[in-house]
Amino acid sequence: MSQIKIVNLQKSFGDFTAVKNSNLKINDKEFFVLLGPSGCGKTTTLRMIAGLELPTSGEIYLGEEEVGMLRASERDIAFVFQLFALYPHMNVRNNLSFPLKMQGYKKNDIKTRVEEAAKLLRIDHLLSSNISSLSGGDRQRVALGRALVRRPKAFLMDEPLGTLDAEFRELMCLELKKLHIDIGATTVYVTHDQLEAMSLADRIAVMDGGQILQADEPNIIYNKPKTKFVASFIGSPGMNFIDINEGISNEQSSISIEDVNFNIPKQFENSKSNKNFFGIRPENLSLTNKGGLKGSVFGVEYLGSRKIITVKTNIGEIKVKTDISINIKLNENVQIKPSNDNIIIFDGETDKSLNSEFMK
Amino acid sequence: MDTSRSYLEPSSFSKKIAAAIIIVYTVITLIPISWMVMTSFKNVDSAISYPPEVLFEPSLEGYVNLFTNRSRQSPEYLDSLPPPENWYEELVRSREMVITGPSKFLGRYSNSMIIGFGSTFASVFLGALAAYAFSRFRVPLKDDLLFFILSTRMFPPIAVAVPIFIMYRKIGLGDTHLGMIILYTVVNLSLAVWLLKGFMDEIPKEYEEAAMIDGYSRLQAFFKVVLPQAMTGIAATAIFCMIFSWNEYAFAVLLTQFNAQTAPPFIPTIIGEGGLDWPAIGAGTTLFLLPVMIFTIILRKHLLRGITFGAVRK
Repeated sequence: MSQIKIVNLQKSFGDFTAVKNSNLKINDKEFFVLLGPSGCGKTTTLRMIAGLELPTSGEIYLGEEEVGMLRASERDIAFVFQLFALYPHMNVRNNLSFPLKMQGYKKNDIKTRVEEAAKLLRIDHLLSSNISSLSGGDRQRVALGRALVRRPKAFLMDEPLGTLDAEFRELMCLELKKLHIDIGATTVYVTHDQLEAMSLADRIAVMDGGQILQADEPNIIYNKPKTKFVASFIGSPGMNFIDINEGISNEQSSISIEDVNFNIPKQFENSKSNKNFFGIRPENLSLTNKGGLKGSVFGVEYLGSRKIITVKTNIGEIKVKTDISINIKLNENVQIKPSNDNIIIFDGETDKSLNSEFMK
Repeated sequence: MDTSRSYLEPSSFSKKIAAAIIIVYTVITLIPISWMVMTSFKNVDSAISYPPEVLFEPSLEGYVNLFTNRSRQSPEYLDSLPPPENWYEELVRSREMVITGPSKFLGRYSNSMIIGFGSTFASVFLGALAAYAFSRFRVPLKDDLLFFILSTRMFPPIAVAVPIFIMYRKIGLGDTHLGMIILYTVVNLSLAVWLLKGFMDEIPKEYEEAAMIDGYSRLQAFFKVVLPQAMTGIAATAIFCMIFSWNEYAFAVLLTQFNAQTAPPFIPTIIGEGGLDWPAIGAGTTLFLLPVMIFTIILRKHLLRGITFGAVRK
């Protein structure tokens, strides 16, 4: 097992730059998730770590060794594909043995290792089955097993649960997490599903447009997003952004929106723009009788344990996550205000969050 | 009402109609072939008798004539010879002839084999390499190159017969096995590249990537992972290439005379004494039909079997 370090990594396909000047450090034994919408460069980054794509420029370190230009087979990593990519002409045992055979292990060693991995993944009863007779979940277990038997320096997984149905995905998610705790292997996991990312990751890197926007622990990514994109991509629904048509200055601790004054965490820097955004998550807003931003109820969604209320105001629609007990009707006039100081100001020019008492 | 049957499934009545149409079609297409096979087992007289004989006494005369050269002799000379040593000599003697030696048929036939299988192998092998490259790599001007490759099939190959004839004579490829293999490969290659590219595109690249991570080189992954999965396409392509190069007549007439002449230009030259030797021609054509038929039957199971079924979820 070892740490993975990416330095100034860049990848272009012709005129298109898939990954821009990326830097990352993935710690030993960490479960690291690359999260982002499709086309954001997360898979390309993973494939470069694997050696399936060669970087246009930059370096990749696996442990102490620079592997950027090495062949995939020379890097001692294992890759789990979304489509599993099990060898269709081999049975389960041969699929699991294949990587070991290629590395020249002895027959007995292969047998013990394969059976060990199969037991860990609870597929030992399937060893002589054909791949085509397996269910989706079992195929994914075999694919994991094929990665596991090698005891590689790192596991790379490209949306391995993407093709499973929802129920199974949850189950496999739990198993993956448990597996990671059991074997403690450095894992890089690519997904576009924030729930998967949140539940699996030790740390998450959010990517967009070929750039790594933020790499942090899940709760920091969620609560203290560094850019507007991260704030809107994470969370369901994403963060509310309210336009502020004024500059923000250092030491400022209140703000007026639609003639209503709101306290904000003390800001530590000046904004570069005169058009900024007031960011707040729906669960940090509450309905009030007076002293809030006025609007009318536009929609109510029941989520079982919570309700999401969309309020139409003069400055756009704002989503509020409330307790299920609140009884509210469509078109009712309401007022909303922040219920705590989890408020982030995003600079209109850079889309980055301003440093503040809350963000520090 | 019968609810066990889906509405999309054809009724048993329309299935019967379909079967009837297929049977009629099969009979129509098989008549000339069966007539040819029958002719090969007739003797010279019954082959040209009128009205044609459908029921006849089978004879191997056509096959004997196909494989031998014979000369007509006087009855006195025939009587002076020792008694015939085997059945085919006896058959020839009964026609007042003696066997003077083996005919050229076997040589021409093996030329066809060498050139047919050689060019099929070359077309499929080179085609698979090119198709893989076009399918997986960023080849500059990919679309233009593919169109260029296809454009070589936009005119009948025989349109370039004269320049090829002159070129082959200059560089010494005329009437050689190698020359014919190269020529048929060139003609078949564009078809092979296009057909195989379609099949390779269907194979998820994850297979060879997984194999490459597990320790194969790109070339090993191609031979051991991609090719086995492209078997269906390779079989289909091989059959098409084989049929073309096996049956090709015009170039064979033009470019081969002795050394590398294939069976198609040879068979029509089998002329008996005092008229065409129809049974021998029938025998030659029947034997000529067999290899492609056997080749197709062997590869048929690959055409029908999707070996990647179920291994990848899409």
